[in-house]
Amino acid sequence: MIEVKGLVKTYGNKRAVDGVSFTVRPGDILGFLGPNGAGKSTTMKMITGYIRPDAGTATVAGIDVAKDPVAVKARIGYLPESAPAYGEMTVLEFLNFIAEVRGYRSGAERRERVERALARTHLEPVRRQAIETLSKGYKQRVGFAQALLHEPPCLVLDEPTDGLDPNQKNEVRALIKTMAADRAVILSTHILEEVDAICNRIILISKGKVVVDETPEAFHARRPGARLDAIFRELTTADA
Amino acid sequence: MSQIAPVFKREFLGYFRSPVAYVFLIVFLVASVGLAFFVGGFFKANQASLQSFFVFHPWLYLFLIPAVGMRLWAEERRGGTIELLFTLPLTTLDAVLGKFFAAWAFLGLALVLTFPLALTVGWLGDPDWGVIAAGYLGSALMAGAYLSVCALLSSLTKNQVIAFVLGVVVNLALVFLGWSVFNGLLSGFLPVSAVDFIANLGFIPHFDALSKGILDPRDFAYFGSVMALALTLNVVALER
Repeated sequence: MIEVKGLVKTYGNKRAVDGVSFTVRPGDILGFLGPNGAGKSTTMKMITGYIRPDAGTATVAGIDVAKDPVAVKARIGYLPESAPAYGEMTVLEFLNFIAEVRGYRSGAERRERVERALARTHLEPVRRQAIETLSKGYKQRVGFAQALLHEPPCLVLDEPTDGLDPNQKNEVRALIKTMAADRAVILSTHILEEVDAICNRIILISKGKVVVDETPEAFHARRPGARLDAIFRELTTADA
Repeated sequence: MSQIAPVFKREFLGYFRSPVAYVFLIVFLVASVGLAFFVGGFFKANQASLQSFFVFHPWLYLFLIPAVGMRLWAEERRGGTIELLFTLPLTTLDAVLGKFFAAWAFLGLALVLTFPLALTVGWLGDPDWGVIAAGYLGSALMAGAYLSVCALLSSLTKNQVIAFVLGVVVNLALVFLGWSVFNGLLSGFLPVSAVDFIANLGFIPHFDALSKGILDPRDFAYFGSVMALALTLNVVALER
């Protein structure tokens, strides 16, 4: 479970995140929507302990990320935007490194974890290839494999389908759905069809503030018959 | 602290995943041995010692160690992998020490590979092996001090060229402080005690003592303090 209360982050004189609060329960697939620069990534970075909030708290499984960041990081699988990875390593080397840091030190256990992650993300054909030589779709899957490896109770995915072709998008969505059964999942996106495809909750943020927090059905009901992007535009440009 | 090992392993092997390691090792060996033979008068000195080999190390390290240290953090920032690293369950100190020890071990390897020179001296004459061992120890400690400064500077930028140039400049200052020519200049207008104090802040006096076989705890304390200070600032810079 992820609980966020009054998160604030200011860069210079720009308030990137301005008092964001929400709760994600196991089984939730939360679609985190908003225009570029609305504060989605910054919020996710604060939940995962990469940056420190100026105010407010984020707790994961009851642990405050500011008090025990290592314990929180152990319980989260995080796919940062554009899935960074050490390009000179092969997929296998990279996942072995992640497994070691995640605490799987015995050879057998580590191999099992890595193999399972490889199988889940269909990376077997490229396991011995250097990550920098992979296509964008494969790189994104490496990022997924890394996030899933330790079967975390919480998944935080920053634009998981960005830059993928339609087939790959479908595959990734299916993967997220199978992962979500008893986990708390947050995924950010600006692709609205994605929300319809997999999310069971929507949070829309604009200019660092939560504007909407409801189910996709309720979101549609705001303007029956209208397309999602019409509602999105209306909500995020209303006070511009 | 157990998290240092995987970081160390990835970083150390990382040097060998690119041509960096081989280029560095070859340049280091050619330059260090070449300077000893052609500039230092290794044979002409007619002494069974490595004095003419070690005397160039402070100057050689000036360029070679920033080349090893510049990538430590700048590359992580440029590639975005720093976000991945710091959302894994490890502390900043784990990461700083893991990376530092890996780069230091790599420099240690370069130093160890100069062993044929020591064997040559042993074959031609009857050297004092204790002095040679102390010289290697002193050189390794000095390399660690140089490296810790470069690691710190690398964490301040995502540009490796800037990290390299800053590394050369700051280390040059630390070499100059203890360089006899510079100290001679200072003694023209400063009292002896002040010049002594300044010289003691530099690398050379401490390294000279060790390379002559004098094991003074104060020299160990000096190099240890430089490393501890630089690495502490490194942690602070990354957590900022």
